[in-house]
Formats: sequence, C-alpha cells, structure tokens
Amino acid sequence: MSTFLQSQTDALAQVPASASKQVNTWRTQAMAQAQQVGFPHNKLERWKYAPLRALAGKAYVLGSEPAPIIEADLLPPAPRVVFVNGRFDAQHSDTHSLQGVTISQLSDVLQQADNRHLNLFGRQFSDIEAPFSALNTALAQDGILIEVAEHAQSETALHCVFISQGQTLSSHYSRHLISCAEHSRFTLIEHHLSNGSDSSMSNHLWHVHVKPNAVLNHARMQNLNQQAIHFSRTDAVIAGHAHYNRFDCETGSHFARHELSIDLQGEHAQVLSGGVCWATQSSTLDTRLVSRHQAPNSQCQLLWRGLANDKAKCNFYGGIHIDQGADGSNASLSNKNLLLSPQAQINTQPALEIYADEVKAAHGATVGQLDQTALFYLQSRGVPKIQAQQVLTQAFYAQAYTLFEDTPFLAQFKAYLPKLLSDTAMENPDD
Amino acid sequence: MLEIKNLHVNVHGKEILKGFTLSLEAGKVHAIMGPNGAGKSTLGYAIAGREGYEITAGQILFEGQDIAELEPDQRAALGIFLAFQYPVEIPGVNNTYFLRTALNAQRKARGEDELDSMAFLKKVREKLSVLHLKDELLHRAVNTGFSGGEKKRNEIFQLALLEPKLAILDETDSGLDIDALKAVAEGVNHMRSANRSFLVITHYQRLLDYITPDVVHVMADGRIVASGGPELALQLEREGYASIATGAR
Repeated sequence: MSTFLQSQTDALAQVPASASKQVNTWRTQAMAQAQQVGFPHNKLERWKYAPLRALAGKAYVLGSEPAPIIEADLLPPAPRVVFVNGRFDAQHSDTHSLQGVTISQLSDVLQQADNRHLNLFGRQFSDIEAPFSALNTALAQDGILIEVAEHAQSETALHCVFISQGQTLSSHYSRHLISCAEHSRFTLIEHHLSNGSDSSMSNHLWHVHVKPNAVLNHARMQNLNQQAIHFSRTDAVIAGHAHYNRFDCETGSHFARHELSIDLQGEHAQVLSGGVCWATQSSTLDTRLVSRHQAPNSQCQLLWRGLANDKAKCNFYGGIHIDQGADGSNASLSNKNLLLSPQAQINTQPALEIYADEVKAAHGATVGQLDQTALFYLQSRGVPKIQAQQVLTQAFYAQAYTLFEDTPFLAQFKAYLPKLLSDTAMENPDD
Repeated sequence: MLEIKNLHVNVHGKEILKGFTLSLEAGKVHAIMGPNGAGKSTLGYAIAGREGYEITAGQILFEGQDIAELEPDQRAALGIFLAFQYPVEIPGVNNTYFLRTALNAQRKARGEDELDSMAFLKKVREKLSVLHLKDELLHRAVNTGFSGGEKKRNEIFQLALLEPKLAILDETDSGLDIDALKAVAEGVNHMRSANRSFLVITHYQRLLDYITPDVVHVMADGRIVASGGPELALQLEREGYASIATGAR
C-alpha cells in the first residue's frame, strides 16, 4: 500500500464514531474500497497526467484541531460560513440574514443516531470514482448542509470559506450538501484559501440537488497556496426545468483535482458551466467534467479556458453523455487553452457519447499560444509588449465569463476572483 | 520627418527590400504604388517594427533618430502609426478599452499625463463626429465581426485619436466600396496638416483621386524605380506597372 493510503487508513482510527451505526459501517466499507482500489497510477486513463507519484509517497496526518483564523480580513462579507482546516468556525460564521434557508453542520448531524442527512454517507462510488471519494466517506467529519425552502428567493450570495492554515502535511475531509427546493433561487460562492504556506491536503465532496424549477448559482474559487493538494468533487442532480449555473476558477494548489459530475435528470433541466484554470509555477490543475443528459430537452453548455505558465500543467476532460430517449437535448462543450511558456503543458480531451437520435451536440478543444499578429497590432498602437500580452491573456480567459453575461451572478463571483485574474480593466469604461 | 536610406530587409531569410531610399518631409503625402510582391507591405511593417522583419543594411531615421532597435510601441510613442491592410480582430477586448490603453500608453511613454475616462470619452466623441462614425463601434470587441469597411474606418478612427506625426496607410483602400473609400479619404484629408506626413501604400490610382499626394513613387522588386507627381499615378493606371518598372531600369 502507498504511504499516502496507509496514512489515511491509520487516520480512520482517529475519527470519532458516529451515533449512527450505519454511518460507521459505511465508513469502514468505504475505507475497504479505497484500499482495494488502491492509489491511482498514470496508466489509468483518468489519472494519466496527474502528478501522483509525489503524493503517493507522502504521509498525511488528519487535521483535528480547529485553529483560530489569523487574518479575519481575508473573509468575504456575511452571510458566510467559515471552515478552518476542515472544521466549522462558529465565531466567524454569520448566516442570520438568510431567509428561507436552513443550515446545519455535518459534525452536529454525525452525533445523531438518526438524521436523514446521514444518508449522504450511503452514496456508493464506483471503483473508478474511488479512492479519493471513498476516503471522503471514510474520513469526513465536518461540512455544511444547506437547504433552501420552496419558493425561497435569495439575491445575496452565501459565501462558504474554506481556509487552510498552519498545519504541515495535514489532511482535511469535508462533506457538503446544497439542496434547492422547488421554485427556489439561491447563490453560493465557495472560496478555498490558504493562510500561510502550509502543505495541507483538502478533500471536499458536495452533493447538489436542484429541484424542479429551482435555480442554483454556484461559484468556486480555488486559490490555495502552491504547496497545497486539493481534491474537489461535486455530484449534482438537476430536476426538470431547473437551472444549475456553475463557475469554477482555479489558480492555486500544487495539485488540484476537480471532478464535476452533473446528472440532468428532468426534462428541460439546464446546466451552464464556465471555468478558468490557470496553472502556474510547477502546479497541475486537473479538471474532469461529466454531464449526463438523462431526460429529453435537457441542455448543457460547458465553456472552459485553461492557461499554463512556467512548468505548469493544465489537464481537462469534458464528457457529455446523452442517454437513449434524451431526445431534443442540446449540448456544447468548448475548451480552449493557452500555453504561456515553452515548458508548460496542456492536455485536453473532449468526449461525446450520444445514444439518442434527435440531439444537438457540439464540441471543440484547442491549444495555442498568444496570437503574434494581435500582439504586434497592440504594440503598433503604443501598448508595451508585456501589457499587450496581459490584455490578450485576459481577453482569452474572459471568454468563460460570457456564459453569464448580464446576470447578477457574474458580478457576484467576479468580485471574488483570485488575484491573478482580478484585473477588471477589461470592462467597458463607459459603464 | 522620415528618411529611409538604402534599406535592405529580410523576411524569413528572404530579401524583400533591396536598397529602398525615400525622404518624406513634414506635412507631405507620398504615395507608394507597385505591383503585388514589390515589398510595399514589408516597407510598412519594417517602419512599424514588426518582429521578423530584419534590417540587414541601411537606415530608417525618424526625425533624425535611427529607430531600427526600437520596439513597435516605442515607435508608436514617437508618433509612427501603421494602418493595417488587414486590421486584426481581437475578440474579448473592448474597442474603447483598447483605444484608451493605447492612447494612455503612448502618453505615458512621452511623459504626458494619462487621460481619465471623462477626458478620454470627450476626445473620442469629438473624433467620432468628425469621421461620421457611430459610437456603437466603441462598444464592440476590436474589429471583431466588423465588415471590411468598418475595419478600415476603425483604423482611420485610431489614426484620428492617436494623432501621430507619420501615418502609413497600407492598402487602406482595398476591399472598400466607393462610399467607404470616400469616407476614409475624407478622414485622412481631415488629418492632413503641416506637421503630419502620410505614406499611402496602394495598388490603385483610385484612392489618389480622393487623397491627392505630393509625390508618387513606384516600387518594384524591393526599391523605388520611379518617382513623380500625381500624374505618375495616372500614367500607371493607363500603362500598367510593367512598362514603368522596365522603363526605369
């Protein structure tokens, strides 16, 4: 067994038993599955470009002590929930202003013998989804559970802030739920931040349910430090006439693996997913999207942009799967990438699997460099080369924002973009 | 204003300009005419400083300064402007933002104050009205989805806004219908002044009906083979390039 997996197996003993025997059984079973599947290797297609070897050799200790936040001014405004090293921070969390929303903590729920939320741990993962998801089931001790009531409409965003600070080679597992009941509307912004240069590993698993006619806007900003290892998985289930608007922005971590799995279960279910991944230094950002059309007339638009500087790597897999009977579905996937240095690497793979007859599906993936003609054009107008490169780079990744043009959601997440992308000079100065 | 002496330029290792010499005084309009492949566009790029246009011999002096080693943006700040034959589309970059960035970068390089957005927009509106352009142009991405005519007008608009000392128009007439051609020429004529020079590169005499040059040069095989007044352009139109180029040898 790899050093990593051994260390996480040992960690299970430190996880306090839940009041629910069922949860304890699920934890044990999940750990057994993780061990049986083993640590992934690069010969597996889905892990081909991930820097696994360095991680496999490291032992991580389960972060257990909640730490006080050193710099509270890192925090976005309320309503917000704050987690530090995987633990809920009541002092800095404030959700009073939210109406029609019930929020609970996973750590509280785990102390109950019987709570419907405990079923989250019953989610079975296939062997190819394991082992990191299975490890989450085995080791998650805290997380946020958000339920938006029927017809509740919230215009302000709830910020979920996950801070890692001060613990070297510590691991944190968190399990979350957001469920939007029928005809509700809600906005959620996740922030993943480091406070310091610790080398922690975080593993987040979100269950997302968007019920009929509901709208969920969900943004995720991952800006951890360059030592961090980050796993993030979202399992989203979208019901009929429901909309899931999703934006991901990743600029941090030494290695970040992001899996977004969306099931469009109801007729006219819709997902818009935009993303910018900018890998710098020697980091690897590894994204895996899967959108499954299970009902007729469902729609998905995936618009992702990747950039890599230095010796960094940006990997992307975008899968669209249209089931038999999901006629009238409309799917598009665009993944364009920009190589900003000769040593940088981009790997992209769009994959369409279509089993219905009457569908529209389009996909495109490109890898390129900055357009030299455009660069000269800008320079010939007086813009210095470095600034011209910035202008073109910014114009490139800003394409991912167009999915949400003229929506309040765009303004909400743009206000919290990581520093690397934070220049708003692209906006129309007339506005 | 512009002195080009015995200029030799290689592009991808191939010599395109072969001893080009030209003297353009302040306030003058010189037309460069010539057949395809004569090196007209190469001349424009070499003056503007495009990468890959290697000067192997000779000099380009702008107001007495040798500009061979300067970056394109430094040349722009000195007052050199190239209107592109094929203006580049830059999706995602708003035209107003582009213009303001360019203008302020030049002002900064010259040690002048940058314009704030109010002052900038005032200047933009003034130029738009002079050129009879719609301000809708400002809200779009640079040249993206513009028609051929709109692209060329946008070049002239930039020229008006940046107010260079030397403007090189590289086949600004190509692809224009007669109305667009007149509009572009009108914009250029409006910009003519005692301290601004123009180098008008064109295939056809047509543009010169509207922009009257002081001097017409005929270029062939990388250098000037004949020079004269506006009547030379008319002669070219009648007799073709071949006769003049060979006659000059």
